[in-house]
Amino acid sequence: MASIEVGGKSYETDEEGYLINLSDWNTDVANYIAQTESINMTEQHWEVINFLREYFEEYQIAPAVRVLTKAIGKKLGAEKGNSEYLYGLFPYGPGKQACKIAGLPKPTGCV
Amino acid sequence: MLHIINKSPLTGSTLDSCLNTATGGDILLIEDAVYAATRGSAVEARLRAAMGKFKVHVLMPDLDARGMGDRLMEGVSPVDYGGFVELTVNNKNCQSWL
Amino acid sequence: MSDAKKFMFVNRKAPYGTIYALESLEVVLISAAFDQDVSLVFLDDGVYQLKKGQQTKGIETKNFSPAYRALEDYDVEKLYVEKEAMEARGLTEEDFLVPVTVLSRAEMGKLMDEQDVVLSF
Repeated sequence: MASIEVGGKSYETDEEGYLINLSDWNTDVANYIAQTESINMTEQHWEVINFLREYFEEYQIAPAVRVLTKAIGKKLGAEKGNSEYLYGLFPYGPGKQACKIAGLPKPTGCV
Repeated sequence: MLHIINKSPLTGSTLDSCLNTATGGDILLIEDAVYAATRGSAVEARLRAAMGKFKVHVLMPDLDARGMGDRLMEGVSPVDYGGFVELTVNNKNCQSWL
Repeated sequence: MSDAKKFMFVNRKAPYGTIYALESLEVVLISAAFDQDVSLVFLDDGVYQLKKGQQTKGIETKNFSPAYRALEDYDVEKLYVEKEAMEARGLTEEDFLVPVTVLSRAEMGKLMDEQDVVLSF
């Protein structure tokens, strides 16, 4: 089993770096994972991360990118609910990277 | 004797086979069989009729998982995992109707 | 959308006792990306999948029922429940997590005939 070390504590991950235990997540872990993805977390990044965590809390699934984009548009406004904005924040895919930083499983249907 | 049933009573014949074959004792409904212990289902009368001959128990974690915890039929005794173990200990033998 | 095919997912199993309900839901969520005309139907014990109030802590299994409420976000909005199956289980429309259309067995059969692809779980 792979793992990451943050603040002297070890956290289990899968081979792609997704946290195994959702309850392990905290902002330090998020920042650490973001770093490994070469992402410098800003307020805009956190907005998406928090949105994803709330979505998961409510529906128990990590939304597909298309669904995430639409839902963000509804909640945070059209200027944020589009792929340009989201891929700008998470260049390797908001589904893949943002879910990983948010401590969620890989979105269903995301390969 | 303890009879353990884990199949839905509405899509299979396991519960009926058990009720028709077994001569009495304890019945424990687990997994998809817990629906047999709910009010308002088409097998309610069938189970009720068997209650004279059998003592019927249902595994509550399985009933709660299915969102049916609030419609447990009267006369069926709810058990947790500890109760499950007790039933197996207190009976001299046990059959799982697979 | 003119070349969209009509896909029907037939759900006939209760949740948790077997893996079918969860597998079906996952396939539905994945295939939603392909913009087809998707219907979900719930027959026999499948109607139990939509029951409100599922609490799975005691069986240490993931409660996937909240995901049915996300189907709308995935543009999957055609959910049908078989009337006879619902009634045989002492359930009413108010017992379900999501709004559904209740169809008689005969209507369900007709709807099935209209499909291009039927996937059974």
